[in-house]
Amino acid sequence: MHHDTPEQLQEKARQLVAEYVSKVDDLKPKERTKIPSQDMPAQDPEVRVHNLDEVALGYTFEQAQVEAIRCLQCVKKTCVEDCPVRIDIPGFINHIAHGNLDQAAGVIKEASLLPAICGRVCPQETQCQQNCAVGKALKDVEKSVAIGRLERFVADWERKTGKISIPEVKPATGKKVAVVGSGPAGLVVAADCRREGHHVTIFEAFHKLGGVLRYGIPEFRLPNDIIDKEIQTLTAMGVEFKTNFVVGKTRKLKDLMEKDGYDAVFIGVGAGLPIFMGIEGENLVGVFSANEYLTRANLMRAFDKGHADTPIYQSRKVAVLGGGNVAMDSARMAKRLGAENVYVVYRRTEVEMPARKEEVEHAKEEGIEFLFLQNAKRILGSEDGRVKAMECVRFELGEPDASGRRRPIQVLDSEFMLDVDTVIVAIGNGSNPLLTQSTPGINLNKWGNITVDENQKTSMDRVFAGGDIVLGAATVILAMGEGRRAAAAINKMLAEEIEKEKTVIN
Amino acid sequence: MAKILLKKQLSKDVFMMNLYAPLIAEERSAGQFIILQVDEDYGERIPLTIADANIEDGSITIIFQVVGKSTLQLSKMNEGDDIPALVGPLGRPTHVENFGTVVCVGGGIGVAPMHPIAQALKAAGNNVIIIIGARNKDLIILEEEMKAIADELIICTDDGSYGRKALVTQPLKEICERSPKPNMVIAIGPPIMMKFCSETTRPYEVFTQVSLNTIMVDGTGMCGGCRVNVGKEVKFVCVDGPEFDGHKVDFDNMMTRLNSYKSIERESHNCYLQSEIEAKEMK
Repeated sequence: MHHDTPEQLQEKARQLVAEYVSKVDDLKPKERTKIPSQDMPAQDPEVRVHNLDEVALGYTFEQAQVEAIRCLQCVKKTCVEDCPVRIDIPGFINHIAHGNLDQAAGVIKEASLLPAICGRVCPQETQCQQNCAVGKALKDVEKSVAIGRLERFVADWERKTGKISIPEVKPATGKKVAVVGSGPAGLVVAADCRREGHHVTIFEAFHKLGGVLRYGIPEFRLPNDIIDKEIQTLTAMGVEFKTNFVVGKTRKLKDLMEKDGYDAVFIGVGAGLPIFMGIEGENLVGVFSANEYLTRANLMRAFDKGHADTPIYQSRKVAVLGGGNVAMDSARMAKRLGAENVYVVYRRTEVEMPARKEEVEHAKEEGIEFLFLQNAKRILGSEDGRVKAMECVRFELGEPDASGRRRPIQVLDSEFMLDVDTVIVAIGNGSNPLLTQSTPGINLNKWGNITVDENQKTSMDRVFAGGDIVLGAATVILAMGEGRRAAAAINKMLAEEIEKEKTVIN
Repeated sequence: MAKILLKKQLSKDVFMMNLYAPLIAEERSAGQFIILQVDEDYGERIPLTIADANIEDGSITIIFQVVGKSTLQLSKMNEGDDIPALVGPLGRPTHVENFGTVVCVGGGIGVAPMHPIAQALKAAGNNVIIIIGARNKDLIILEEEMKAIADELIICTDDGSYGRKALVTQPLKEICERSPKPNMVIAIGPPIMMKFCSETTRPYEVFTQVSLNTIMVDGTGMCGGCRVNVGKEVKFVCVDGPEFDGHKVDFDNMMTRLNSYKSIERESHNCYLQSEIEAKEMK
């Protein structure tokens, strides 16, 4: 596939800005949709497979301005409706079109505290960009206004120019909120509750903050310094962090409320136990959950072989089982760690793959091989108990099932051997049992996920939950959406109590 | 962060430390473990069983053997130093009740995690027989502490330099042959010792509990690196264990998995030793 270099993209954008910027308010919709959509400049695939630097380099100012001018400023804002945190998308894009980046940042920050993260990892193609009028007019969702890239551009500009504003915090209320888990849901709850003047403590089990943003999503997709920056904002707001603290183990949830005086608790502990296939050979040396593989590489920094004490398996040929973003991350990480051949084994076709299209494209460019309509049957080991091959079986698509997707059917006698020394299983996670085991009184569904009402409230008084521990496996932005809803409910509950206390005193 | 309150060298490669960790001291029960790191950015997460705890001074006791780079670094830290990351208590506590007669078999460094369990079993009213095994006399730890708990204490060394010249399985077999036979055996030590203790008790049908120390990253159930076959099921040592029915554990697979990174670790340890030697020579 041909890609323009970053320099070529910038040159084209400069010419387009010169042509359109003077009439930014006077363009007709037809003229706007004619403006070419702006590609994301990216590191050369052959270079990037040898480093962990971010793949997507981000728009230049000119590219962002051209892309922003493509927006039709619709009256019916489907993009806002499709955004889990309801950012005023046409509003901030209009500011970019006029070159007012300060104001653009302000608009985004009203709704989202973590735009540098969302702009990178949100699946915009199935959210804000899905029903974009520009994409509809051009009959291609990929030609929709690149909302995510614009969001990222503004957030990066704000960070690079040192203009990150610290949200205002109301006077102290004396109320305390405990947030369990520092992933995307927890960070949003912390920010929203802190803004109202409550004391907020985030408890994190790991030694570093960010949850899945840190241990799961690799540096080449979401650099750690961006997570650090977003967390610095929370620190500046006065949020307190306690790392190496497993609520349910280090201290029971009940004790946080009864002994430590927390008036509300938000549980955002994320996904839990990795699921394995249940096939022969899965406990051989060289078979890993994606969680383990990525945690070693990301959180424990095993990619930095000269410094890190945590080892990572030396692989030559790797099979990744699964078709989601985690599978893509694992495959691309394995490549960067030096594997010669990396296969993604998926039992349906590319169309059914849940991974983001952009990630799949990037993976292909990096030389990841996709084995569609195939699945693992068993893993074979050498005499010393290490993976030496994987037996696979072929599938074909049959009739559509209840979900409308064509069901994969195994092809008889289609077994074949794949020469691999490593297998990474990326087929999802069960629920995390650590907190729920030690918290009697919290209701769970049959999968062990916490059940909540429309305000994210659990069956326990003053306890709310959101993110993957409620949803099973979801996205960063859906977790943030749940966090926002929970924070609103917590703030409302605490405000009512403060009112009541005032009445009693008077 | 956790301050090192006390450090003692128990034998050539074995160290004891008391760490200031009041919340863990308060919450922990026998059988649970902690994870610590000597460096927050690049350090490994090292799981270690809690050997003891003191709620009054807010301390927990760990006992560890120097086996690689990270434990070597830990052994070089001193009283007053802070351990950058310490989390726990993790794992499920040992189930303690009055079983009757319980044989506690501790091999080498495994005597350390056995100590709080033996203590708890004694407190619950059990008749506690303790077998301590080590390669030689210098590697025997916690003898006095165990003597204070045991109704009967047997010490064996491989080379006969102290106590009986025997493997722990020999006295264990003798005890199983007594009438009445013991109600339960708990074995903690090197995997090969736990395997053979389980094989020793199997014909006598004495329930045998082992405490596994597999490779772990997070210790909270997220990575699955610690998984073991127990009977027909796959269990995670960090959240389902660390204690399991020794008659059901697939020790051979577990031992193979423990060697996953052996070659890389050896290299790393040697590199570290080399750089230490070079640094000394520079001085």
